Amino acid sequence: MAFDKMELKDIEVWDGNFAAAQAMRQCQIDVVAAYPITPSTPIVEGYAKFLADGYVEGEFVMVESEHAAMSGCIGAAAAGGRVATATSSQGFALMVETLYQASGMRLPIVLNVVNRALAAPLNVNGDHSDMYLGRDSGWIQFDAYCPQDAYDLNFIAFKVSEDHDVRLPCMVHQDGFITSHTAQGVHTLSDDVAYSFVGDFKPMNDMLDFEHPVTHGVQTEEDWHFEHKARQHNDLMTKVMPKIQTAFDDFEKLSGRKYNIVETYDMDDADVCVVCMGTSVETAREVATEMRKEGIKAGVVGIRVIRPFPFFEIAKALKNVKAIAALDRSSPNGTAGMLFNEIAGSLYNTEKRALLSGYVYGLGGRDLTKAHLVALFKELQANVDAGKVTTQLQQFIGVRGPKLAYL
Amino acid sequence: MSEMKKIKNLKEFSTSADRFEGANLLCPGCAHSIIVREVLNATNDDLILSASTGCLEVCTAVYPYTSWDASWIHIGFENGSTAVAGAESMYKALKNKGRLKQPERNPKFVSFAGDGASYDIGFQWISGCMERGHNIMHVVLDNEVYANTGGQRSSSTPIGSSATTSPAGRVSYGEKKNKKDMVSIMAAHGIPYSAQVAPNKWKDMVKKIQHGFSVDGPVFINAVSPCTTEWKFDPKDTMYITDLSTDSLVFPLYEIIDGHELNITYRPKNVVPVEEYLAAQGRFKHLFKDEYKYLIKEWQERVDSNWAYLQRREESRV
Repeated sequence: MAFDKMELKDIEVWDGNFAAAQAMRQCQIDVVAAYPITPSTPIVEGYAKFLADGYVEGEFVMVESEHAAMSGCIGAAAAGGRVATATSSQGFALMVETLYQASGMRLPIVLNVVNRALAAPLNVNGDHSDMYLGRDSGWIQFDAYCPQDAYDLNFIAFKVSEDHDVRLPCMVHQDGFITSHTAQGVHTLSDDVAYSFVGDFKPMNDMLDFEHPVTHGVQTEEDWHFEHKARQHNDLMTKVMPKIQTAFDDFEKLSGRKYNIVETYDMDDADVCVVCMGTSVETAREVATEMRKEGIKAGVVGIRVIRPFPFFEIAKALKNVKAIAALDRSSPNGTAGMLFNEIAGSLYNTEKRALLSGYVYGLGGRDLTKAHLVALFKELQANVDAGKVTTQLQQFIGVRGPKLAYL
Repeated sequence: MSEMKKIKNLKEFSTSADRFEGANLLCPGCAHSIIVREVLNATNDDLILSASTGCLEVCTAVYPYTSWDASWIHIGFENGSTAVAGAESMYKALKNKGRLKQPERNPKFVSFAGDGASYDIGFQWISGCMERGHNIMHVVLDNEVYANTGGQRSSSTPIGSSATTSPAGRVSYGEKKNKKDMVSIMAAHGIPYSAQVAPNKWKDMVKKIQHGFSVDGPVFINAVSPCTTEWKFDPKDTMYITDLSTDSLVFPLYEIIDGHELNITYRPKNVVPVEEYLAAQGRFKHLFKDEYKYLIKEWQERVDSNWAYLQRREESRV
């Protein structure tokens, strides 16, 4: 191989972007087609520098838009090799057409999405609007809460995405700026260990096998379209979670770091809990610990795998709790939040349904403070004490002006 | 090394092995299939192909069938060029890494797209591919209209043509804008080769396609593709209409090397009046009303002026 390995310390101080770029380097991607956008730009810049310094070998194609970036990734993946890119926000929105095409064509691609708000008004900071926009696109979606997760989940994403039983593209999400630009200690894998985990790329239906020409991206109407979509959904519903669990188990053996489809914290005896994603999970864990000192038995559930949604895992995690808050960092624009609805769906047919209320927070990078969470846990306890939801079902946290509450 | 076919005559050419099958759903008399066969028959090398959304795409890959006996991909309306550029990038990567399954092969990367997918919605993607220097050939099947969706105007639709979104009517002569000059725009990217071709001049076409395959870098080909359905002529007359298009100089055949060196590759012995070209097609029928005959005169002047311009470019070698 015509590239140099990089000596890493056991613990490096990396932000989420650089952690993702390092993971991409260690996976030895064949083609990266990319377009820069804040806050994910440093991922592709980092990868470009690795290439310039001789630490990776492969084609790096700086295209003219995010739509072209994913279009190039689709062509490259169909040709037969390891493919990845990164984006955020408006770029993600521009990619949406091709996201559906990538998954519908069953092509393994890893997309690092550094979550950012969607305009208008224009905003470069982190919320989950772009992540939510992708949730029906047929991709597998992992959520990182910190730079360590962003690093580790990239390996898991390649492993799952490229599995011949799966062949679906994967997103690895991290929060814009709070994760992507905040340096933390990241436990590393050596280049050899990391690569051995993801393994060599094994092509399937590759266009570059000239002895076996393939047709990708066919036309189907009412005669066959439904079967294709149903098969894709079926594989997401039945095949993907076991593969993710296996990848998590294998990764734990390799690194000692344990990931779970649903990440529970102090949930064994919890009366109240919040369910959230991204960096809010760590904040909520800290506050939950403090609430326990005040006599409120608080827990936290983090969603690690957003798609396929962990319907049964979430029901199991929430089966003994009495009041739940679903925290959505994206404006639902006219309905309940996504997490509220998903959790309600997961619990509705279970025997013991906890009280469920929804909170919308942190839009456009607005901080979710510990004080917000303290008040929230107290509201949940009040719900438990009253035996009913004492507030409206949907409340906005941290927004100026009179309190906004609905439903 | 590339393997280019040596073709002696039309019979041999038209009966040589096809990687684009006759089993497709294109209209009888559609020039698309003729052009595609001429492009693919120009080489014996392996092919990686794409089609942007359009007539060619919807008529040749209807699940569970395919008309393509070479690897082929369709993503969307605008990005067929980038799909092939992505595949070409993967080819380079795997070649450098020694992972090609058949490393001795020398594949050619070709994207086919209509004028709508090239002049309009795919313009940016094609420009990006040309600028970045991918080793790909983009072939426009230029029928001057969104034929697949029923005949809406594109920026390739010429003045006076009646299209469904620029229809001729009681107070309108149809399309008001002149056709975009894509060959010049693409040549301005400084690409090694761009050319205009027509399926009736198959030797000229094959020569240009083979030249395109022989250069290192992106190639842009604009192929006139008379559309029996939207141009409104009898399906048996496709070649007759194509002859009129090249011999009236409405579609002059030329090439531009390295973005500047222009060569005219076909000079009709008898130049046909533009009026004859227009009169043969239903889309221009209304121009023959008294109040619009001035447009036919303007058409001729425009074609003459463009032909004079091409000749000046050719003579000056710039």
